[in-house]
Amino acid sequence: MRLGRQTYAPDKRAFVTHVADIAGSDEAMGNLRHYIDFAIDCGEWGCASHEKAESKFRDVVTKRLLDSSGSSSREIDCILGGDLINQIVPSSFSARNFDIPFCGLYCACATFGQSLAVASMMIAAGMDKIICCTSSHFATAERQYRYPLELGTQPTPTSQRTVTGAGAAMIESSGPDHRCPEIGAYTLGKIVDLGCVDANNMGAAMAPAAFDTIAAHLRETGRSANYYDMIVTGDLGALGRELLAELLRKEGVCDASNLNDCGCMVFAEGQKCGLGGSGAGCSSLVYCSYLHKLLVSGQLNRILLVPTGALLSKDSSLQGESIPGIAYAVAIECR
Amino acid sequence: MIDAKSYAEIVKEATPKTQEARTLFAAFGIGGVICMIGQAVFDVYAQFLNADEKTVSALTGMTMIFFGALLTGVGVYDKIGYYAGAGSIVPITGFANSIVSPAMEFHNEGIVFGLMARMFGVAGPIIVSGVCSSVAVGIIYYIVGVAA
Repeated sequence: MRLGRQTYAPDKRAFVTHVADIAGSDEAMGNLRHYIDFAIDCGEWGCASHEKAESKFRDVVTKRLLDSSGSSSREIDCILGGDLINQIVPSSFSARNFDIPFCGLYCACATFGQSLAVASMMIAAGMDKIICCTSSHFATAERQYRYPLELGTQPTPTSQRTVTGAGAAMIESSGPDHRCPEIGAYTLGKIVDLGCVDANNMGAAMAPAAFDTIAAHLRETGRSANYYDMIVTGDLGALGRELLAELLRKEGVCDASNLNDCGCMVFAEGQKCGLGGSGAGCSSLVYCSYLHKLLVSGQLNRILLVPTGALLSKDSSLQGESIPGIAYAVAIECR
Repeated sequence: MIDAKSYAEIVKEATPKTQEARTLFAAFGIGGVICMIGQAVFDVYAQFLNADEKTVSALTGMTMIFFGALLTGVGVYDKIGYYAGAGSIVPITGFANSIVSPAMEFHNEGIVFGLMARMFGVAGPIIVSGVCSSVAVGIIYYIVGVAA
């Protein structure tokens, strides 16, 4: 059901019934160490390349979802998701291991939000079980966007660290008997580009997109920001979160008191991870390992998850293009 | 929605600055230590090899390149670079690092199209500008030499 220009409430209830996550060793030593399901010991994780390892992350979380939900692969209608690598190969390479239809999506680090929104549409269209999975890997992202791993470069004061890990959520048309989060509404993002060109400062490039989507969501649903226990962005990092809060206050949208950011949650102080985590796996890892558990246990009732993406490539940066940002808002709540 | 210009001002104000006192000191200190090691290698060669200064210089360069490549291979040089910044990029060990690191990174794409094709991805601009400027200096040197 359309609520506004960009916002929809699902016509059919879409429950987030099961989650699974996997994280790199740094992530597993960070703030979420007590929540992460499974941690790998080294970046290559016994694979011939980091890309293969990222693909294996997806195999593992998908299998864990199938196991925990007691579903066979034939019962799953679709795998949705993506990653940051060219032609999203880790996603499609992982999907070839399962006899399940696959829809690859790409919106950089906002892909998890995009997946949840699309899953909700698919449920409304008649599907019953959908897996949403996004992943990222520090080593594959460095090669994709920056320099070889062993090159002795110094991070800039605004750089963030790509999260190594993956999160997968099972979206179902029917919920269990016990308390279960569901998708309450979703707001599709518009590309917002305020001319930021610094590829090492993606928080600043994405904050206006997050602002635009959050403002649209609150306006179109008629909700105040306090309706949500937490508004949690994807990977703005410390600077992006500060900029977003300033924009929200300046434009009179809300006081930003319940604003948080997955990127700021992942790593602990002193882990030398710049201004926080980033990557397509950042919001999915934080949601699946942490936020979902808080929703199920009742510590949170309603959150607005707003994964944010910077839609740049290494070539577009070199060609002097500014960085287009995007954010999807998905309300996840327990009724 | 805020306009791009006012947003750029907010970003500029909020963006943390490089702590130059710390980074310059680290670059100077670590870069200095690398150069001191280079000088020590030079002195040892000059002392124990019966060779002229030019040969000793070349041998020193080769030795430092070897150290740079070795430290890159065992995964230490990037950690030095994290603290040293330009201090470990400017010496010849940094040049070795800039060639060995892409060679390691891209070996998965095969020897020819991976390792060989892409190992100069970082150092390429340095080599091109080095060759071009040496040609320019050579021409100037020739003209000045003829005039004199």
